[in-house]
Formats: sequence, structure tokens, C-alpha cells
Amino acid sequence: MARRSSLFVMCLLGAALVSCAGNSSDQASNEIVIGEFGSLTGTTATFGISTRNGIDMAIEEVNKAGGLLGKQVRVIVEDDQGKPEEAQTVVTKLITSDQVIAILGEVASSRTLAAAPVAQQSMIPMISPSSTNPRVTEVGDYIFRICFIDPFQGLVMAKFATNTLKVKNVAILRDIKNDYSVGLADVFADNMKQMGGAIVADESYSEGDTDFSAQLTSIKARNPQAIFIPGYYTEVGLIARQARRLGMAMPLLGGDGWDSPRLTDIGGEALNDTYFSNHYSVDDPSPAIQNFVSQYKAKYGETPDALAALGFDSANILFDAIRRANSAEPVKVRDAIAQTKDYPGVTGKITLDANRNAVKPAVVLRVRDSKLEYVETITP
Amino acid sequence: METFLQQVINGISQGSAYALIALGYTMVYGVLRLINFAHGDVYMFGAFMGYYLANIPWIKSGVGTSAAGAVFVMLGAMVLSAGLGILIERFAYRPGRGPTRFTLAFWLGLLGAGGGQMAGQTFTSVVLGAFAGIAAGVVLELLGIRPVRQESRLALLIIAIGVSLFLENGGQQAFGADPKFFPQIIPTTSFKVGPLDLDSQRVIVLLVSLVLMVVLNIIVNYTKTGKAMRAVSFNLDAAKLMGINTDRIIAFTFALGSALAAAGGILVSLLYPRIDPLMGVMPGLKAFVAAVLGGIGNIPGAMIGGLIIGMAEVMAVGYGQSTYRDAIAFVILVLILLLRPAGIMGKGMIEKV
Repeated sequence: MARRSSLFVMCLLGAALVSCAGNSSDQASNEIVIGEFGSLTGTTATFGISTRNGIDMAIEEVNKAGGLLGKQVRVIVEDDQGKPEEAQTVVTKLITSDQVIAILGEVASSRTLAAAPVAQQSMIPMISPSSTNPRVTEVGDYIFRICFIDPFQGLVMAKFATNTLKVKNVAILRDIKNDYSVGLADVFADNMKQMGGAIVADESYSEGDTDFSAQLTSIKARNPQAIFIPGYYTEVGLIARQARRLGMAMPLLGGDGWDSPRLTDIGGEALNDTYFSNHYSVDDPSPAIQNFVSQYKAKYGETPDALAALGFDSANILFDAIRRANSAEPVKVRDAIAQTKDYPGVTGKITLDANRNAVKPAVVLRVRDSKLEYVETITP
Repeated sequence: METFLQQVINGISQGSAYALIALGYTMVYGVLRLINFAHGDVYMFGAFMGYYLANIPWIKSGVGTSAAGAVFVMLGAMVLSAGLGILIERFAYRPGRGPTRFTLAFWLGLLGAGGGQMAGQTFTSVVLGAFAGIAAGVVLELLGIRPVRQESRLALLIIAIGVSLFLENGGQQAFGADPKFFPQIIPTTSFKVGPLDLDSQRVIVLLVSLVLMVVLNIIVNYTKTGKAMRAVSFNLDAAKLMGINTDRIIAFTFALGSALAAAGGILVSLLYPRIDPLMGVMPGLKAFVAAVLGGIGNIPGAMIGGLIIGMAEVMAVGYGQSTYRDAIAFVILVLILLLRPAGIMGKGMIEKV
């Protein structure tokens, strides 16, 4: 028995030695390896693809300029297929087998929330470019985001509905299985009521549904002046079509989950007179934005959506932190990210608050004839 | 009341979509006593063929503007899917009707390879999965199927599931996993009937499914080929002895079923213009429930079953919780199996499946 347990200890020691050796060889290499996970396939595929494009652009820029701390930056990208359980698996793989020093991702709050505990436990800093659900950064002190959060986004759309559209009776159609959608719907409802409005109907659907006529018919019976649909672009396009088909001409409102080049492919003319809050507008004349837009267009042949811009910013904030920390050790990088202040990103000046959230203004965009138009900026 | 009537219309249009898929399901079962689980995936294949045909440059200009464009896309996709149906029959089901071990091993091998790919996405896991599948197939054949060799329906059922997974994963490779927007090959015009909102596409889907139901009934019951189909269904060996080319009749049945699935794929994609390689899974299952509800093998029964399922779903969402949408069809399945296993229009004959 004694011999067996000593054998066990030996094995453990051996394993520890091997893994230490693995670590030190990585440290000595002339690369800084970061991880990225996103939905490169699935119903939210453009989220992952746009973000990856933005991150790739940032990495190309930094490597062209000589890299970080004299080393080249390499990113390992994993596809989570838009599934929370898959997100957790790939992040575990990035940390344990690829030994990345930091992680960028995800767009969807459900997926970020599934993966964040893994990063937190392993003490690897993780920056979400665009998950807006407040619970995301509450997971722990290694989880950051560089976008605004849903309480603010919900306030923006409630303000917009009340002050700009001058509507009072609003219906909600939420994706019941989606943290982002449910959270945003709740915040919007609270703010509407505080501003003297009323929620006349609150219906739900699940991601992947194709028929929404039953919910829309129920909503129509309550005669709302507008419908708030805090969902993702694929379903939103179908919902808009079916609503117009049922003779519902009122404005439709939404959040940044609408932002995708595919939104207008699916929704077409049905999306006229719809509005959503977003992180930036390509029409913004500021040189930082116009520079980014023209470079992105040259590289990928399409207009960057907000997720591409946030992906770009998230990578640059990580690089900035590594530079300031003068180290690629996860703990030091974490501390440097937490001190990010007034970083001039494409999506605005980024300062991280004590809760590791970014404080930034939001823009409201209008869809007209398959084009996005800037309507107004609403500040915190 | 107005809202209720509108919900009824929503239910009919959702139901006619299920009915379209259920027609093909029930016909193949009626002839072969085989539940073709790949039917929902052929439906997906048909929708994708329609998508690619409608995007051919010289046809694109005619799509959405002329009736000829819509007819071309529809018939083209039906012909291509009928071809797929014949291929599936020739390479998967026909060997399955003969010696079963190798076929079963082959398809379970493919299935395992697919599983390996989904789990590990590396070459080794695919190979490991394939070998595990082949081993499972040989063992399953020795223990489970050899004793009931003459009743090799179980093998066919497993093959059908293998074909279904093959088409789903193959579709993700071939067409890409992200959803695509299905072009509007027939322009929509909305109109009002009293206080109710209707549109051309919903009416077309309902009418086409009714027409296909009648045509299918005529083919099966009043033509020579139909007579041969019924003979094959009644007794395969006796039909062979009477000089019927049973292989050809079975291939024809599959071609017809697949063409129907393709028609369904395109018409449903007109209503819900988002297509992806897994779009056939849920509607396929629900259409299966619809076919069982109507009495599997019974063509008008499939129509009625589809309409009931569609209506039940819309009412569950409209007056209850949207999360029950998918559950309701399967509750109906359990109820019908308990209360009237032969289905609404079924003959109620006792049969071992």
C-alpha cells in the first residue's frame, strides 16, 4: 500500500514537472499567444466572423509595427457554433491545452457567461468585446468588457421611444432562452414605466423558431404604438416580415443584437421604420472611425458592423495593457487592463469602471431601404 | 374573436407546411412500411437546391418577376431531390433489404465518423468514430438482427437514421452551417378578408398542399404504377412473382417522396425565408407526428394530421407559453399512441413494427 501511494506521488510530481516544462518553454518562445472564441457558424455566425475580422486587423497592425515586447502576437480562434456548452469547452481547451495568456470573446452574453467561470478559475484575463448583459462581468475580477451594458442600452431605447418617437404603449417580444434578450427586455420595461409609458403585451419566442405569427397576432390585438424586440438579427428579420404581413405597420425597436450585414438580407423592406441602439455609426465623421472603416473595407470588402469595431478595440485594449504591464503574465496583464483609462478606441473613449464595464455613449440607428442611418447619440 | 380567427389562419398556414412534409412521409411508409427519417433532410436539400437554382445568374432576373422563374426553381429542385431520393434508395436502402451486416456496419461507420467529427473535429477522432461504428454494426447485426433476418425493418430504420445524420452533417460541409436567406421567388401581396390579414404565399402553400394531396391519391390509387406500389406494399415477394419490377417501384416511390419533400422545402421557405442545413430536423419530426396522428400510410390523414399539429402549436403559443411550442406535438404523439395507435384515418390493423 505504502509503495503504491508513493508511486502515485511520483506520478503527480512527474506530471507537475512536465507541465512546468511546458509552461517555461512557452514563456521563452518569441510569440505571445492569445485565445479567441466566437460563433463562426450557427444562427449568429456574422457575430463571430465580424469580431474575428476586427481582431485579425488589430493583430496584423501590431505585428507590422514590430509586435509586443519584441514578440509577435498570435491568436488561436475557436468556433463555439453559437452554443453556450461548446463555448465552455473551447475556452477550457484554449486555457489548458493552448496555454493562452488572455482570451477575447464572446459577443452573445449567454456564451460569455458559460465560458467566464473557466477563465476566472484559471486566472486568465478575458475581455468580452460586446456582451452587454450586466451579469457577465460579475463572474469575477478577471472578466472585462469594453461595451456598454444592458441597463444603459434599455434606458437608451426607452428614452428614444418616449422622447423621439413619442410613443407610450409598447409591446415586447423577447427571446425567452437568451440572457441578453431577457435582461434587456426587463430593463426596457422598467424604464418605459418610469417615464410614464405602459407595456401592453409581453410575448416570447425561442432562438431557432421560424413562425412568429401567433405571438404577433396576440400583440396586434393590444394595439401597441411600437414593438421592442431585443433579439438577434436572424429572428428579427423574420419577425419584421411576418409583422408587416399581418398588417402591423408600427415602428419596431431593438438593441445591438440586430447589428449584422445579414439583417437586411433577411428582413428586406419589412425593416423600414425600425430603430436599434448600437455601439457606433459608420456615418460618424470622426477620423478614427473613418480610418477604420476604409481600412476594413479595403481588407474585407464590406462595411464593418459594430461587432467588428468592438473586436478591433478589444484586441487593442489587450495590447495596450500588455505594453503598460511590460509583461505577458496573465496576472500583470489583468491589473493593467483594469486600469484602462480614456483609451481612444474606434467605438469611443474607453474607460473601465470598478465593475470592469466600459462607460460609453450609444447611438440609435434607423433602417431605411436596407441601409442604416444615424439618428442620434444618447450619453450616459 | 377577430384575434382568434386570425390565429386559426396562422394555424392553418403553419399546419399546411407540416402537411406538405407529412405527405411524403406517409406515402413512403404506405408502400414500404419504412419510416424514412431522412425525409426531413431531403426537405432541407430541396430548399437548398431551390436557393442555388434561384441564384443562377441567367435565372435570377426572372425570379420573383415571372411565373416561369418560380416554376423552373420549383420543378428543378423537385427533380434534383428525386435524384437524391433514388441515390439514397440505391446505395442505402436497397442493400439494406438484402444481407444486412455490411450495410449496417457501413452506415453505422459513417454515423460514427460524423459523431467523431462533431466531438473532436480531428482526423483521428473521425477514424476512431468510424471504427467504433463499424464494430457496433457487426455486433448489433449478430445479436439483434440476425435472429430476425427476414424482418430486416429494424436495419432499414437504423439506416434511415444514418442517412439523416449523413445529410445533416454533409449539408453543413457542403452548404455551410450559417443560415441563408431564401429568395422570394413568388412576390407577396397582402390582402384583407373582413378584419383578417391574409397573403398570397399562405394561400399558395395551402392550395399547393391540397393539390399535391389529391394528385398523390390519384397516383397511388388510380394508376398502373400505383397499383404496383400497392402490390409491393401488400406483399413484396408475391409482387415479384407476378412480374412486378419491385426495385424499380421502390425507387419510384422514393423519387416521388423526395420530390414532394423538395416541393415542401421550397414552399415553406417562401413563408419562412431562412434556410440552414438543420432546418429539416424539427419540421421532419413534427411531420412524422402529423403522419402518425392522421394514420400513417394514409394520404388524406397526413393532411389532417399536419393541420391539427399546426393549429395546436399556434394556439399553444397564442394563448399559452411560447416554450410549449415544440412540446405540444410530442404530447399529441404520446396521446395518439395511447388512445388510437392507428391514427385518425388509420385502418386499425394489428401489425408488428
